[in-house]
Amino acid sequence: MIELENVGYGYDGAALFSGVTAHLAKGSFHFLTGPSGAGKTTLMRLCYGALAPTAGQVRLLGKDVATLDRDAIALLRRKVGVVHQDCQFLDHLSIRENVALPLSVSGRHAEIAGSDLEELLAWVGLSARAEAMPAQLSGGERQRAALARAVIMSPEVVLVDEPTGNVDWEMSQRILRLLVELNKMGKTVLIATHDMSLIRAAKSQIQARVLRIANGDIQAAGADL
Amino acid sequence: MMYWLDQIKGDPEANRIVPPSGFTASLTVFTAAVMAFLAVLALSLSMAAGRQAAQWDSALSTSATLRVAPGADAARDLAAALRILETTQGVRSARPLSAAEQQALLAPWLGSAVTLEGVMMPQLIAINSGPDGLDAQGLRLRLAAEVPTAVFDDHQDWRAPLVSAAKRLRLLGWISAVLIAAAMAAVVTLAAQASLAANAGVIAVLRLVGARDSFIEQAFVRRFSLRALVGAAAGTALALIALLLVPAAPSNAVLTSLRPEGWGWGLAMTVPLLAAGVALGATVLAARRALGGLT
Repeated sequence: MIELENVGYGYDGAALFSGVTAHLAKGSFHFLTGPSGAGKTTLMRLCYGALAPTAGQVRLLGKDVATLDRDAIALLRRKVGVVHQDCQFLDHLSIRENVALPLSVSGRHAEIAGSDLEELLAWVGLSARAEAMPAQLSGGERQRAALARAVIMSPEVVLVDEPTGNVDWEMSQRILRLLVELNKMGKTVLIATHDMSLIRAAKSQIQARVLRIANGDIQAAGADL
Repeated sequence: MMYWLDQIKGDPEANRIVPPSGFTASLTVFTAAVMAFLAVLALSLSMAAGRQAAQWDSALSTSATLRVAPGADAARDLAAALRILETTQGVRSARPLSAAEQQALLAPWLGSAVTLEGVMMPQLIAINSGPDGLDAQGLRLRLAAEVPTAVFDDHQDWRAPLVSAAKRLRLLGWISAVLIAAAMAAVVTLAAQASLAANAGVIAVLRLVGARDSFIEQAFVRRFSLRALVGAAAGTALALIALLLVPAAPSNAVLTSLRPEGWGWGLAMTVPLLAAGVALGATVLAARRALGGLT
């Protein structure tokens, strides 16, 4: 699903990390952890083609992201659900419209009025808040709405950046349960987080692997958790 | 062609998803209105100058003057000159001006109170030729041989620079119209860039969920093209009303009217469409440049 081969990335000539190699198989559940500033978000952005690596190769769904033009990357992103830490909504659209946004931009207008959207909103527990505007939602509701938007196109891969950064323990467990459910449906899940309690909670429910990025390198870090 | 039609038609979803941005909307409409107003005036000036050049060229190319010197043999020379003119190829008519007509010609300089009686005045002959002109070279040779005191003037010396000036004026009008279109393209580009920059967050979200650049482009392109069309239509209407309020020149006036004539009205009507086309092209380029710089 996602293959990183000797991937390097740097800002303004300074290397953030280099020689990163990792393979995320279909249906796997991975955490990406590490200290703040280690490059977790950057690595996530490399995974869905928002950034191009300065060295090495990123293959997403079998395609070398660096060789794709913007149109091809756009089409690839329809198969990859992404949840940012700040959720990134369009503030002038309702939650229902924001969740349906991937359908709108890909021309699948007929499905917007379909029952799948309602089921999805119910799955994340936002049926009653569907007509609310993003600014009216709590942190947990925003995360769940962003997750619904990320999976509305039935992506093969779901990338989530710091899903529990702005929510309490109870809500973080609820979000984790949704992500575990997605994984059980066969989705490949990659979560960037520095929340060790989230990782422990996940490992008690599912076979999750942990990748730790630190000092410019990445390594499997399952044993110490 | 289909691409451009799609851009104008736009995607209703894209229009709904990208929020309208405040000041750039009114800026584009206002600029398009002003530029269209100026473009219609420039085109009208250009067309008027073209008509003027044609009118002067046509009027002066079919008229000429023969001047017979005063003196003891003036009557004989006049008769000889008229005889020569009768047999000159291309001469349609030749008529000696009366004393009153000659005095009227001098009135602007001498006034009408001065009498020319007793003043040695050359006799002028007004010549009208057909549309193909007359045989000036042959006429000059015959006059030199038979009436050496006569001077033939086909107005070429002052007709050529006058017509040339009118043609230059027409060219300047067209250049002005092109510069106005370029200025409008620049302003629309700036407005589109401002709008794209203001919507960078929206664009980032759209890209995140898999929107293609063409989808994002359409929202901006259609919006700016329609604004330019509406603004330019208003500016063109105002310019045409202004031109209609300019008094029409009488048929014998030296200067022609600024009002468009015939196909000129149709050309003026195309200004809003041209403005929309300029805005469309400018926004497509601005959007591509902006989207190329965003991840």
